[in-house]
Amino acid sequence: MDFFYQTFIAKFNYWIYVILMMIGLFAMIAKNNLIKKLVGMCIFQTAIILFYVSIGVKQDARIPILTKDEVPHGGHYTTEHHDGHKDHKADQERPYIDAKTITNPIPHVLMLTAIVVGVSTLGVALAIAQKVHLHYGSLEEDEILAKIPLGNDG
Amino acid sequence: MKPMKLAALLTVIATGGLLLYATSDLPDWGDPLSPANAGDLSTHYIQDSRDDTEVPNLVTAVLADYRGYDTMFETVVIFVAGLGILSILGQGKRVEPLAEPVASEGNRERDMITITTCRLVVPIIQIFALYVIAHGHYSPGGGFQGGVMLGASFILIALTSGLPDALKRMSQERAIFLAGLGVLIYAGTGLLCMALGRNFLDYEILHKVLGGTGVKARYDSMLIVEIGVAFTVMAIMFIIYAVLSSKGRMRGGL
Amino acid sequence: MIWSFDIIILIFLVITAVIALTVKDLLASSMVLGIYSFLICILWAEMGAVDVAFTEAAVGAGVSTVIMIATVFQTARKSKD
Repeated sequence: MDFFYQTFIAKFNYWIYVILMMIGLFAMIAKNNLIKKLVGMCIFQTAIILFYVSIGVKQDARIPILTKDEVPHGGHYTTEHHDGHKDHKADQERPYIDAKTITNPIPHVLMLTAIVVGVSTLGVALAIAQKVHLHYGSLEEDEILAKIPLGNDG
Repeated sequence: MKPMKLAALLTVIATGGLLLYATSDLPDWGDPLSPANAGDLSTHYIQDSRDDTEVPNLVTAVLADYRGYDTMFETVVIFVAGLGILSILGQGKRVEPLAEPVASEGNRERDMITITTCRLVVPIIQIFALYVIAHGHYSPGGGFQGGVMLGASFILIALTSGLPDALKRMSQERAIFLAGLGVLIYAGTGLLCMALGRNFLDYEILHKVLGGTGVKARYDSMLIVEIGVAFTVMAIMFIIYAVLSSKGRMRGGL
Repeated sequence: MIWSFDIIILIFLVITAVIALTVKDLLASSMVLGIYSFLICILWAEMGAVDVAFTEAAVGAGVSTVIMIATVFQTARKSKD
């Protein structure tokens, strides 16, 4: 089972991300319809986000939210210090956190914002596609190219 | 179009082959000792953020505090994307929300069952969205998710009762105002830190304004920042839908 | 993380991605992209990235599907390839 894990499972998900990324790239280059190109862009983007998130996965780790035991007072444990120093007496009550048992939060943070920014950039792309449809009456690349007059840069 | 497809296929196969070859150098999936997982930075975030901020959800702590600068400019990107959509498809002049539907458009037969159901569901969605924003310190959630859900509640009104009805509740001017207000809340929190003599977005000094200790100030200002993010995301999500579903005319709709 | 569960979802992901790009009806393509987003959301929840999964469920499967369908309704529904 260990050998099976090492040779097949350990890298399998990276292969799938590469395949998804290449599907998206092919669609962006070769598809004729502008909406299909945008679908390809979405797939490319999610493949990259998947890659980032899977970098932070740890085997048998839990989600990056601490339990009640680890953060007992939750923001209200403060004594009368007004100088911003940590309260060392409160630190001693708390159990030690082993970093190996908690999933790495940094890729999550980076990708969480990337998803929301991704939908707003998808909105911009769709707006441009609608503008193209208003001007040329079509979303097919070859029809649009046929309508653009050759020989001038306008 | 055929040679283009062949060229694309060759490019994709070459790139994909190289990337597949490169995966052999990546760490095994789920390896806790890989450089990204065992590095000092992620260990510091996991072990020390409870002493620095008292926030159990590590993602919120890193998002709004340690990497607040990053998140602020992501919010600005969303704001600029909304303005970009309006300038690409918008009419360029001020569009009045229509009081009553025009005869040719928006006069479609609306289903009473869907309208009544959505009227009942929308307040629940909005209350849950506020819960998601406020409870982001303890559970999955925060400004981005809650903002998207608030925006989705307005999109639901526009889908069922028509875009003019939704624009009466959230007009274009109001949406742009709220989007700007969100960025202002975020950047204003950072500037307040500067005014009090610390670095930009160094929340610890805000205990002079918010009371309590420095740790509590970091805990509280994270919520303020998330509220700013939620304003911007909510308004821009609604603007994106309103513009795209009406070709920028801001009436009619789907 | 449960690797057998993971592999099943990854294979489904590739299938939905190919379907979304080969279907000639753009409305169906948008809907299949919504399914793709939901599968990715499940995958992230299973990997322990709960915040990312929540965002993807709200954004990818919700808003982006809706704006894509809005564009398809405003432009053309049929695609050549």
